[in-house]
Amino acid sequence: MKKMSDVTLTIDGKQIKVPSGTTVMQAAEKAGLSIPALCYDPELSIAGSCRMCVVEIDGMNNLPTSCSTVATEGMVVQTKSKPVIEARKMVLELYLADHPLDCMTCQKNGNCLLQKYAYEYQVKDTPFKENKHRYPIEDNNPFIVRDMDKCINCGKCIRVCDEVQGRNVLQYAYRGYDTKVTTAMDVPLIESECVFCGSCVAVCPTGALLEKKMIGKGQSWEVEKVKTTCPFCGVGCNFDLNVRDGKVIGVTSNPESEVNGRHLCVKGRFGTDYIHHPERITTPLIKKEGVFVEASWDEALDLVSKKFLAMKKEYGNESIGALSSARCTNEENYVMQKFVRAVIGNNNIDHCART
Amino acid sequence: MTNSFKDIEHTNLIFLIGSNPTEAHPILGVKMKKAIRNGAKLIVADPRRTEMADLADIWLPLKPGTDIPLLNGIMHIILKEGLWDKEFVENRTENLEELKKTVEAYPPEKVAEITGIHVELLYQAARLYASTKDASISYTLGITEHVTGTDNVINIANLAMLTGHLGRENVGVNPLRGQNNVQGACDVGGLPDVFPGYQKVFVPEIKEKFTKAWGVELSGKLGLTIPQMFDQAIEGTIKGMYIMGEDPLLSDPDASHVERGLNSLEFLVVQDLFMTETAKLADVFLPASSFAEKDGTFTNSERRVQRVRKAIDSIGESKPDWMIISELSTRMGYEMNYTHPSKIFEEIAKLTPIYAGIDYERLEKKSLQWPCPTKDHPGTPILHVGAFTKGKGTFKGVDHKPPAEVPDEEYPFYLSTGRRLYHYNVTTQYSESLTEYHPDELAMIHPKDAEKIQLSKEDKLKVTSRRGEVVTAIEITDRVAEGTIWMSFHHKDVPTNVLTNGAFDPITLTGEYKVAAVKIEKYRAE
Ligand code: SF4
Ligand code: SF4
Ligand code: SF4
Repeated sequence: MKKMSDVTLTIDGKQIKVPSGTTVMQAAEKAGLSIPALCYDPELSIAGSCRMCVVEIDGMNNLPTSCSTVATEGMVVQTKSKPVIEARKMVLELYLADHPLDCMTCQKNGNCLLQKYAYEYQVKDTPFKENKHRYPIEDNNPFIVRDMDKCINCGKCIRVCDEVQGRNVLQYAYRGYDTKVTTAMDVPLIESECVFCGSCVAVCPTGALLEKKMIGKGQSWEVEKVKTTCPFCGVGCNFDLNVRDGKVIGVTSNPESEVNGRHLCVKGRFGTDYIHHPERITTPLIKKEGVFVEASWDEALDLVSKKFLAMKKEYGNESIGALSSARCTNEENYVMQKFVRAVIGNNNIDHCART
Repeated sequence: MTNSFKDIEHTNLIFLIGSNPTEAHPILGVKMKKAIRNGAKLIVADPRRTEMADLADIWLPLKPGTDIPLLNGIMHIILKEGLWDKEFVENRTENLEELKKTVEAYPPEKVAEITGIHVELLYQAARLYASTKDASISYTLGITEHVTGTDNVINIANLAMLTGHLGRENVGVNPLRGQNNVQGACDVGGLPDVFPGYQKVFVPEIKEKFTKAWGVELSGKLGLTIPQMFDQAIEGTIKGMYIMGEDPLLSDPDASHVERGLNSLEFLVVQDLFMTETAKLADVFLPASSFAEKDGTFTNSERRVQRVRKAIDSIGESKPDWMIISELSTRMGYEMNYTHPSKIFEEIAKLTPIYAGIDYERLEKKSLQWPCPTKDHPGTPILHVGAFTKGKGTFKGVDHKPPAEVPDEEYPFYLSTGRRLYHYNVTTQYSESLTEYHPDELAMIHPKDAEKIQLSKEDKLKVTSRRGEVVTAIEITDRVAEGTIWMSFHHKDVPTNVLTNGAFDPITLTGEYKVAAVKIEKYRAE
């Protein structure tokens, strides 16, 4: 059978064959060319609104957005021509006209798409001297800070909330220049149906949506990211622990996560702050006359070892039982059951969640 | 799970039984919603009107503890109407006659009476599930925490086999594991009857294999389960316990019985991150490191082995659990000299056929789903393809046993318990963000019941069972049925499990968290 119609097109002088239905943006990516975009996200529906991804296509008058233009046979595309560059600069100037430009204290510094493109296209100032919006910062929930002054209305948060999380908390409200992303009735997130999954934060290209607890804790290049598995439920999402100076400052999505991609729930994304909780017990304790007193590892393990050995001798191997844990690693559970079987000498090993 | 999460995303029908994924397994809830958006049908059997029940094509609000008659009734209809998968049953299963005999006694009218579900809904659910080619069942604690938990699981397998919904893509029977590594803890032998890889302790060749590997004589006698340990502690035969990373006093049913057990011990060692309710009773507390401070692996509900990576050094003097146990073991005269968790994993793989092909190097590139018997095996996303592990799938009819405790004159309400989105057993209590957002336990009560005792939103409710009482803040909502109180068990200030029942599933000995009888009154501070 003949393969369902492939199309061949030329992008920046490069010939490339793609299945029909492929967009110019996807075709370019396949050809190893990256086209800038602010509102486009491969996982979400196409908005075609930011106009950063415009390209020049032979035979077309205006500059079409590559994310929403389907590649056709024989198409000739320019992604870096002069008109394209000019158009993109104009787009960026318009965004910057209504942006705080306080990059040096912004948590998103070094990680912001608007900043990245402004740098790439060297857009420093803007001829559009309109009044900048000034919205109050919303930070009355424990998880997410919304600074709508930094919002570029790309709509990714709206789409991810609806299309991935199935929550539909966010929408566009007001008109024209005053267009703004809001909850229903423009109430704060905490009063909305938001479940604080943070997927909107994960897709936001700017500093408009931020993880509250991470603000001021480290800039992108100071933070080491360590991919790991969520300690909370049996879905087993993966994410990056963000570490600075030996401290976990928060969690960010790792798109390479096999189970969950960039998406997490409130527990995985915001619940790991228990790691550094002040009530963590970090010294061995021995109870003496009813109260715990601090001890060295040597003392504590010595006591446990002597006690268990004495009990084995006095009451027999069957007199001791152990619980391993559905929250510990496989390796730890293995070592625990081996300890019970090989050292204590019985099979009295179980764990709480037998379900 | 017989299948993978991916299959749930692509299935044409999700039958959710006693499961509330949008709260207990949120990212799975997201995947289910995606399937539904793409046209999958949804049947939800749950006494509570959960978020998924709102989305369901068919919601079956059954009375607590009546899952077995519900499924029997559905199978009765499927058999009567000839909707079963004759080819699958013929080729892959045995013992259909026994199942037929059992479900014969569950005509829809009778089932409607026991479960409280309308006959018409029973027909609709049976027809929809049986006639959809790619249909999957997911269930969670709701169903395994009843006294008849094991029977429930068998009955779900009956239904899936009868309709041929096993052994291929986008179908299957999916028990959703509660805590993050329940699957792994079971896989590597954290159970009283099996060595790692579900190899029975009483089979002589297996015992021999482990005796050889570990170089000591081992016991072939079945060990004690948790409830048995506490019973025997009270009787005085268990004298010492070593508890790692669990808080049975908060999370196990019938807390006062557990407490009596713990208090009867001569010596208790608790190894944990925090001073848990259980730890307060310990003689020695050993400070463990959190998941961020260690390397290792977790195995998720779909049997996927994934890496846990050390991000920071152990806090204070705390140590990873594996290290503490190894040092203790060495002190007690049995050397354990693991230098790194990867070495422990190598040993697991050597002794555990389902993990044999997995190592850290492979996991660095990609997670793997067991069984993965060899280094070049790609892992197993779907179980029972072509044949069941044990050859033919055996039908086994199961009969309805009412819950061990049902409401009566003195205790007229059902108490039902579960998990909430913002909390997860115990650790989340130490997350400042999560606690700030959802600080209090809120018991759910139906508006009519609240009205009867003149309870308003700000009032507190006293809930009493035969075993104890708690006082709790409330949420008045018609998501629970009249005559039912719903609570979670995450909060140490409202230890819900002093109320729950210590009756156990005779086979798995899982506690009956889900159903207990209680009475309620408006709380008045004295
Ligand atoms: S946190 Fe989640 S639910 Fe809340 S607005 Fe963002 S995407 Fe929607
Ligand atoms: S908040 Fe962020 S994601 Fe949402 S529209 Fe604004 S810039 Fe885009
Ligand atoms: S992020 Fe949420 S859904 Fe994912 S594993 Fe963690 S607790 Fe489960």
